[in-house]
Amino acid sequence: MSFRINCGSVALMKRDSIHYNACCHAHDKDSEISSQMAQRVVEPDTSQQTRLIRIEPARGWAALDLGELWVFRDLLMILAMRDVKLRYKQTALGVIWVILQPLVAALIFALIFGRFANLPSAGVPYLLFVYAGILPWNLFAGALQRAGNSLVSDSKLISKVYFPRMTIPIASSAAVLVDFIVALAVMAGLLVIYQHPVTPNILALPFFLLLALLISVGVSLFLSALNVYYRDFMYALPFLIQVWMYASPVVYSADLIPGPLQPFYAINPMVGVIDGFRWSLLGLGAFPVVSVTISVVSGLILFFAGAAVFQRVERNFADVI
Amino acid sequence: MSDIAIRVENLGKAYKIAHNAGGSRYKTLQEDVIGLLKRPFSRERQSTSEIFWALKDISFEVKQGEVLGIIGRNGAGKSTLLKILSRITRPTTGYAEMHGRIGSLLEVGTGFHPELTGRENIYLSGAVLGMTRRDIDRRFDEIVAFADIEKFLDTPAKRYSSGMYMRLAFAVAAHLEPEILVVDEVLAVGDAEFQKKSLGKMGEVAKSGRTVLFVSHNMGAVLSLCTSALVLDKGTTAFIGKVDNGISLYLKNMQTMQTRNYHKIVTKDRPIEVTNVALLEEDIPETNIGGYVCEIDYFINQQSIGAAIAIKITDQYGAPVLTSIDTDTDLSRFTKQRGSFRTKCRIPQNILSPGLYDVSVSVSDMKSERFEYLDRVVQFDVQLDKRIKNVLPNREGVILLPQQWDTEVILSSV
Repeated sequence: MSFRINCGSVALMKRDSIHYNACCHAHDKDSEISSQMAQRVVEPDTSQQTRLIRIEPARGWAALDLGELWVFRDLLMILAMRDVKLRYKQTALGVIWVILQPLVAALIFALIFGRFANLPSAGVPYLLFVYAGILPWNLFAGALQRAGNSLVSDSKLISKVYFPRMTIPIASSAAVLVDFIVALAVMAGLLVIYQHPVTPNILALPFFLLLALLISVGVSLFLSALNVYYRDFMYALPFLIQVWMYASPVVYSADLIPGPLQPFYAINPMVGVIDGFRWSLLGLGAFPVVSVTISVVSGLILFFAGAAVFQRVERNFADVI
Repeated sequence: MSDIAIRVENLGKAYKIAHNAGGSRYKTLQEDVIGLLKRPFSRERQSTSEIFWALKDISFEVKQGEVLGIIGRNGAGKSTLLKILSRITRPTTGYAEMHGRIGSLLEVGTGFHPELTGRENIYLSGAVLGMTRRDIDRRFDEIVAFADIEKFLDTPAKRYSSGMYMRLAFAVAAHLEPEILVVDEVLAVGDAEFQKKSLGKMGEVAKSGRTVLFVSHNMGAVLSLCTSALVLDKGTTAFIGKVDNGISLYLKNMQTMQTRNYHKIVTKDRPIEVTNVALLEEDIPETNIGGYVCEIDYFINQQSIGAAIAIKITDQYGAPVLTSIDTDTDLSRFTKQRGSFRTKCRIPQNILSPGLYDVSVSVSDMKSERFEYLDRVVQFDVQLDKRIKNVLPNREGVILLPQQWDTEVILSSV
């Protein structure tokens, strides 16, 4: 026991200072002890090939570190599962809310915009038309709402342990997928009720879902990071979501926008997503090439910008939060 | 060369302390925008700010398998150093190189959620601490056995007793297997048995050849676990080398720098806040020895709140000597009304043996929420006095009382 204490301290020296003692050399003669020591050193040495982590001051913009996110993929999954479980754990009606909310909203919109205002709906029953728009919209809005405050509500984690901070808002966004799947089942039910034909267009749905997720995560990263620094972002968020909804073709058809303005309108990436959802779910005629192309580009820009801003500011989270 | 596990070079961390805004660390967008409008050409928008170096020019190396104790007073920079080395925050200057996977244990129960079951919490906490799902699967039974909670695996953690909660949380953390383990003061929680168990586990980890950085105020634990010590003082290295030398230096430093006062401005971001803790010397005429009175000022921001104020006295090795709560003698004190108050508690220093003692103050609702915990905020020392005439300084035990000794003759040779 006592030799361990002595020998350990030899290692510990300031670079420019002298060894504290040299008892190790004295002990080397003793074969029993040195073999014991060798055992102690060899074991961690084999595992030491892992990797070198260098901790230094952060400067400038960092590249998106997807590799590290991959290493922590289990954490991402478990955090997302936590969000889902907590969401449903203490609700009386649980899944009913997830069905009721978009359905009632769609009914109201169908009544106001379809029946009263008599807006066009590409020849599809207005309820179906609106619901196909609400589907991706709720995914997006839900992700923003949940991810926006996610970092602040997990501030204890951030100040106590290291992991890629991005996992928190991404997991919160991903947790909304469960709601989405339930809402999608309702969509299937509506299609059956209205006896609306399903076309091969439906095969493109995963692509549009992916695009919707990309945009959701991008905006969520941006908002959640800003919310750490400026808590009033949480108050602005419902307003932002509402404005954004009316700037997207959720309750009305994108065809209402005058032709020359359409490309500019599609800079809002949710335009392409919603157009795409309607096209693939309802089997509408022509593929919305213009809006989808522009939205893919602006969606990608949004995602990488969100990730870049996030990485730029995340290094100070623990000091600020 | 390759047996170096950690190399730290000129590490420093500066914090900017703003003197304007009302004490809150985060700002509103509005404030920033208005600030910008007021002084559009000034680069420096904060009215006054001061740079505070929590750590400065720290350099050291730790070998594979070494157990380094980091000791120092409150605010010496220990936690900042651990936070940098466990990658929670970035340094301002210098760098650190870590060879191998780092696991950090800065509190017990990181990632735990009261609504989730024990099983779910094991996975959640394990993942947060850096384990993969497979790692956790593999150690699941071990963790459950160590925590001794088999029967309650599927009960939400909020129904656990605090002892169970703590055991489970520590069990998860103890089964992390990183090459470098960073531990902060986790042993300061829990009952004696738990402390013993966790100390034992720490000793096991230390002996298994893992590199460990261990921060503690418990000098007994540092002495028994660590091979070397780093003593920090006001953010700089005061000593680095053999653990026993480090501890004696630290204890000597403590003696010369006692704090008798703690003061804080009311921020109103908590329902109840302790604004002032002071140790006042008091003369007790009849005994002719000086005593101490601990004075605690607090401020209640709510109409009414249920809270108990406790003080804990610990000896210089961190072992608890006494805990006293303001509701001990009068339960009606638990309900406290809005306002600003001063409460006093006499410290029974005339029964303590000579040495240095710390006082910690805690405010909690005695159940789930702890509003305030001021760890070792004030200190006092007990001098050898005239209570007992023939005592040498190093008498063992925390209590020193003139006991009555009676001797009667059974058989005398005279």
